[in-house]
Amino acid sequence: MTVAPASNGAAPNRTWPGIERGTIVRGAVILALLLITLFVLPNMVGADWITTFTSVAIYSVAALGFGVLYGRVGMISLGQIALLTIGCWIGARFAYATALPFPVLLLVAGGITCVIGTLVGLPALRLSGLYLALITLMFAGATTIVLSVHDFPSGGGGFWGRAGTGALTTSTPPVRRPSGATTDVAYYRYTVVVCAILFLFVLVHVSGKPGRAWATIRESEPAALAAGVNITVYKLWAFALASFITGVAGCLLAAQVGVPRAITFQTQDSLTLGATALIGGIFSLWGAIVAGIFSQLLPFLFQAQWGLNPNFLLILFGVGLLQVLLTAPGGISQQLPRDLANLGRLAARRARALASGDKPLP
Amino acid sequence: MIEVKSLTVRFSGVTPIDDVSLVFPGGTCGLIGPNGAGKTTFFNVLSGFVNPAAGSIAAFGDNLLRMADYKRARWGLRRTFQTEMAIEQLSVFDNVAMIHEHSGAGRGSRSADVLAAIDFVGLEVSPKAKVGGLGARERRLVEVARAVVGKPRVVLLDEPAAGLPDEETEHLSQVIQKIPDRFGALVILVDHDMSLVSACCATTAVLDFGKLIASGPTAEVLRNEHVMRAYLGTEEEL
Repeated sequence: MTVAPASNGAAPNRTWPGIERGTIVRGAVILALLLITLFVLPNMVGADWITTFTSVAIYSVAALGFGVLYGRVGMISLGQIALLTIGCWIGARFAYATALPFPVLLLVAGGITCVIGTLVGLPALRLSGLYLALITLMFAGATTIVLSVHDFPSGGGGFWGRAGTGALTTSTPPVRRPSGATTDVAYYRYTVVVCAILFLFVLVHVSGKPGRAWATIRESEPAALAAGVNITVYKLWAFALASFITGVAGCLLAAQVGVPRAITFQTQDSLTLGATALIGGIFSLWGAIVAGIFSQLLPFLFQAQWGLNPNFLLILFGVGLLQVLLTAPGGISQQLPRDLANLGRLAARRARALASGDKPLP
Repeated sequence: MIEVKSLTVRFSGVTPIDDVSLVFPGGTCGLIGPNGAGKTTFFNVLSGFVNPAAGSIAAFGDNLLRMADYKRARWGLRRTFQTEMAIEQLSVFDNVAMIHEHSGAGRGSRSADVLAAIDFVGLEVSPKAKVGGLGARERRLVEVARAVVGKPRVVLLDEPAAGLPDEETEHLSQVIQKIPDRFGALVILVDHDMSLVSACCATTAVLDFGKLIASGPTAEVLRNEHVMRAYLGTEEEL
């Protein structure tokens, strides 16, 4: 057991909670990273990279939803890709059927997905662990089947958009993008900004009252009840939040790919997303970004850049998942800073040893 | 004051609480008995985790059994568990603050109330320290701070001193003794440490196999022959 950190007797931190330097530094670093992502990155890479980075941002949000449910509340939901698909489908349908401005489209897709996702979360009030994972995975499978049968999006006008022939034609118009963000680079920036807002939205939740209630539920449901937490409300709240952000991300995806197809969304993607989210780290929001990079950038690198079969990635993810589960439950986002700090300490020790003239340890 | 009238709890075939009637007058009341006597089950009835087969509980005139489990915290019921329930990922401040948030106490006084509770239990660590990095003693004190924050009316302490060394039990004992005066709450203390119960509790009730075998002033109760028999096992040894 670790010993309590020594308290500094005349504790100056009695002004808690106030904004501290650490928070300001962290905010500045995040802002700088965001600006680099927005303005430096697009100038460094080609067009095919840009669409991949757009996908990274979108799938990061889906992984974030998984992280909220599993990392914060302890509920395993493997239906995130299905919710992304539903958001994408709703976004596409409303884009074809209405002339709503794009931000409204995002909110509509998020809102409807939120309702559906919360309904899917209802079994979570009674089930947990493996059973909840199975139920949500079956929901993902059912969604894939329904959309395949419906021949998503099958062209045509109006809300249902059934083309007379039922076949997808080359004349199916792409889902419109927001005006002013029609080019790939502009749309990439638009997506990153929306995703950053969604991350901020989740951050506000997890660092506030719901986050504390979720942590209590994750620790122990009896203790949460005794603490006055309405478990039903807070569990459904987590599902609502995860589904909302994933629905918005789905709508972003619809306009990114232009003509979404059911075949793009495989049930097994839900498993891959869960695995990469665990590898990235489910206890940290950074982990979701790592998961987005793993699940979208790596396949691109394998296929388009290195000419390797991206299916090998499944094996790689399996090994990575095993490694995480056995040695680093916090995932890369927690392990990497720790490893770097250890490396730094090791280097400093060696440097000191060299300076003092001793033989450095091998 | 808490009035318990002919309370009975049945789990298929077992009767962990058998027709118990007793009154907790106020201050700090002890609840003792050998393992399996029904002490924790009684706490679980108060918390709403277990529905009794019969009986009633009136706490300060309110019918506790008719309240939804999670609403009892808002009413003023607080408890600790035998196993540790402080949340490792949250800081000491957040651990206590989350109880305050669901207690119905106003947001305006939150920071001051939480810091006062942390101060009250004598925690000397930074409120920003994560509970996961604290030692057993500090975690226990965090749990007590959680139990007294935000206008508590009834505080249930389930073996708070279990596993603590003597000098730390002494500190805990002083903290528990101050709760009724400081917060105006009724404390029910379950523990196997008789010196702790004697030091803290003016009155004590004794359960054995689900039945109430004695209650009254602590010193008298501890001398009671039924009680000694329950603890020592056989009559002959007396």
